[in-house]
Amino acid sequence: MSEATNNEIRMPNPEKLIVSSSPHIHSKSQEIWKIMLWVILSLLPAAVAGVWFFGLPALEVILLCVIFSVMIEMAWCMIEGKPVFGTIKDLSAVVTGMLLAFNLSAGVPWWICLIGAFLAIGLGKQIFGGLGSNPFNPALVARVGLLIAFPKIMTTWVPTRQMIAEAPTYSDFISRADMVAIRAGKLDAVTCATPLGFAKNAVTPQLVGRTPLEAGMEKFYAVDGQDGLWNLFIGNVGGCLGETSALALLIGGILLISLKLIKWQVPLAFIGTVAVFTCIVNMVSPTTTPDALFHVLSGGLFLGAFFMATDMVTSPMTTKGAVIFGIGCGLITCLIRVWGGYPEGVSFSILIMNALVPLIDRFAKKIPFGYKALEKGEAI
Amino acid sequence: MEEVQKKKFTGGIHPKDNKELSSGSAIQNAPLFEKYHVILCQHIGAPPKLVVKTGDTVKKGQMIAEPGGFVSAPVHSPTSGTIGKIFDVPGPSGVNQEAVEIIADGQDEWGSGLDPIPDWQNTAPEVLKERIAKAGIVGMGGAAFPTHVKLSPPPAKKIDTLILNGAECEPYLTADHRLMLERPEAILEGASIMARVLGIKNVYIGIESNKPDAIAGLNAKSEPYKVNVVTLKVRYPQGGEKQLIYAVTGRKVPQGMLPMDAGCVVQNVGTAAAIYDAVTQGRPLVERVTTVTGEPVVNPGNWLVRIGTPIADVIRLAGGVSRTPGKVILGGPMMGFAQKSLEVPVMKNTSGILLLDQVDTVQFTSQPCIRCGKCIDNCPMDLLCGTISCFIENEKFDKAEELHVMDCLECGACAYDCPAHRPLVQHVRRAKAEIRARKAKQNPK
Repeated sequence: MSEATNNEIRMPNPEKLIVSSSPHIHSKSQEIWKIMLWVILSLLPAAVAGVWFFGLPALEVILLCVIFSVMIEMAWCMIEGKPVFGTIKDLSAVVTGMLLAFNLSAGVPWWICLIGAFLAIGLGKQIFGGLGSNPFNPALVARVGLLIAFPKIMTTWVPTRQMIAEAPTYSDFISRADMVAIRAGKLDAVTCATPLGFAKNAVTPQLVGRTPLEAGMEKFYAVDGQDGLWNLFIGNVGGCLGETSALALLIGGILLISLKLIKWQVPLAFIGTVAVFTCIVNMVSPTTTPDALFHVLSGGLFLGAFFMATDMVTSPMTTKGAVIFGIGCGLITCLIRVWGGYPEGVSFSILIMNALVPLIDRFAKKIPFGYKALEKGEAI
Repeated sequence: MEEVQKKKFTGGIHPKDNKELSSGSAIQNAPLFEKYHVILCQHIGAPPKLVVKTGDTVKKGQMIAEPGGFVSAPVHSPTSGTIGKIFDVPGPSGVNQEAVEIIADGQDEWGSGLDPIPDWQNTAPEVLKERIAKAGIVGMGGAAFPTHVKLSPPPAKKIDTLILNGAECEPYLTADHRLMLERPEAILEGASIMARVLGIKNVYIGIESNKPDAIAGLNAKSEPYKVNVVTLKVRYPQGGEKQLIYAVTGRKVPQGMLPMDAGCVVQNVGTAAAIYDAVTQGRPLVERVTTVTGEPVVNPGNWLVRIGTPIADVIRLAGGVSRTPGKVILGGPMMGFAQKSLEVPVMKNTSGILLLDQVDTVQFTSQPCIRCGKCIDNCPMDLLCGTISCFIENEKFDKAEELHVMDCLECGACAYDCPAHRPLVQHVRRAKAEIRARKAKQNPK
């Protein structure tokens, strides 16, 4: 080869060559912050639904929770001597903040958001070493912490704007005193019951020959004809601001499933277990608990099943384990809802199953390629 | 006869294959260069012994190093000329290796001392096997295990199937693809020779469905050779030995065992063509098809290059680079070796020289595992990669071993998708080395 052509051809500069171990290419879509961004996007429909139903106070709670969560994460990193902006770039604090807000009533005061953010980010996550090391879902740690510390505030629910507008129709959910307040235009003080709380307490006028539950459920379904279930589905009921709209959560959940960011088996196992369990209980004893569809659509089941039980850090790593996890969550939820002291059990069930994850991981291992063949003696 | 794969392995990934860069360009013969640096030990096994000295004249195909044992292979001169220095050159693994410099005389005159065996159908299998050994043929797909050893299973193992690996599942590489397109008869006849050596009838060739022209071409010619062409799903690592056997035969190689324990022998298509040359032409393995590709390469393509050609010369054949690459890799992007020196010579198992752009070679910082389980879903061996990696990070090698880290084939499907950019494959390599070292300490031989 002549010198002339050698000079014309540009060759790689060995000085600039990186030497590292294989693999040399990496999927461009797989980044922690990208995963978190998708989770945030998939939470947006529920956030919009929350603001739609509960008005600007809901937006305020969401923003406060996100801002406080991010600030506490930064402050924690500063105290630990880590880079202040190091971990907030992964957006996990924003996700936690949103989930925390979704678990609060739209009527909570600002300091509940602050304490909640501290419980979630500080005690739920950072104290264990940050993202990846926390055994429990941070937002649920905060919800349960707040529920124990401030039971009154955490179980006081505000009615949706539509419920206030048509207050007489929803008279089962709104107390007589609050009806007076609504008529007087004092909307700040108005509270209402969640459908689950309503079913649990069944504080309805006693009718002859009927149990309180039967009477209550009849009333519930009788609101605007059959709109009771429709209201449950779209979220026009009292409850935490992000958990009431099964429809919005379903849209976000389907987005996450289609992006393969969560395993579809988890929500299916969770919701399916609740449906089957409550269906059986309702068939055996209709006076014990409402029907399955009511249970599936009410409370925090969709939020829990699509966004909390699927939390990567605090759920099992194998698909087999994730299904066991989902079924476990469903069973505990039903036990609490049907026979427990609380009307709602999704938060507790996920936290209890979180604690069992190391055990599930241990028993739900995959059998590596070729091990069954070894046992079966397929070797020649 | 065309067949569809019997089974699909679980996991795997489907990265953009970028094969269109070079798959359309026919194999070109590299010109004769002035000097070659032939590394002596190009295979797994005992290093060969040098049989020439500085100043000797050699013919093309003449043996310059003889096997150092049974699991070993000879090395031959890639051209006629004089033996120059015997010195250390940078090897593909980053470690310097002993090499022989051959100064070409320009005649390129054959003199291998191996006679063609045109009538191999009536030649004793032992003779054919000896020829394969003498021709220095090793696995050309990557592992470089001496082929005659693979063709000598212990009598207790009942081999009934030979599988040619034409999956070429690594992105970018097209050398096997072009070889299947351009030399289908050589591959099929090479396969028939191996079938005769093994004394078996079932011969398959597994090809990923993204090479329909190669599948059609081999199919059209396969009838007289009684080779079954199996179309495989495009899924990395489909060309992994155990995954290929599973796809083609539905058999799983039992853990810790070899393909022969599932009654199979797997050979690369390039190896089959080399066996054809060795037996019917009397030509030892002195050249191979290699892909020079990657976005920075001016004219990506496939070249028939002599073993011992410094990769700088091969990159120059492809017109050099249009911009500074970030990495030069021997092999594919998933399992290849990144190089620091362009003096590294082409080896018997160099299936490709891949240049990656600087933007594609960003170095990531490892973050804590977020337990997303992507690695576990991707693992073709169904291992708990993420958990294993966390154990290794904390130097708990015994725990990693309990989770079967030794079964990892280091395909990199886990690390490819890890959102935390964890160096999973490096962790596994470290654990394997530590565990082997501990075992060696416990049972010194």
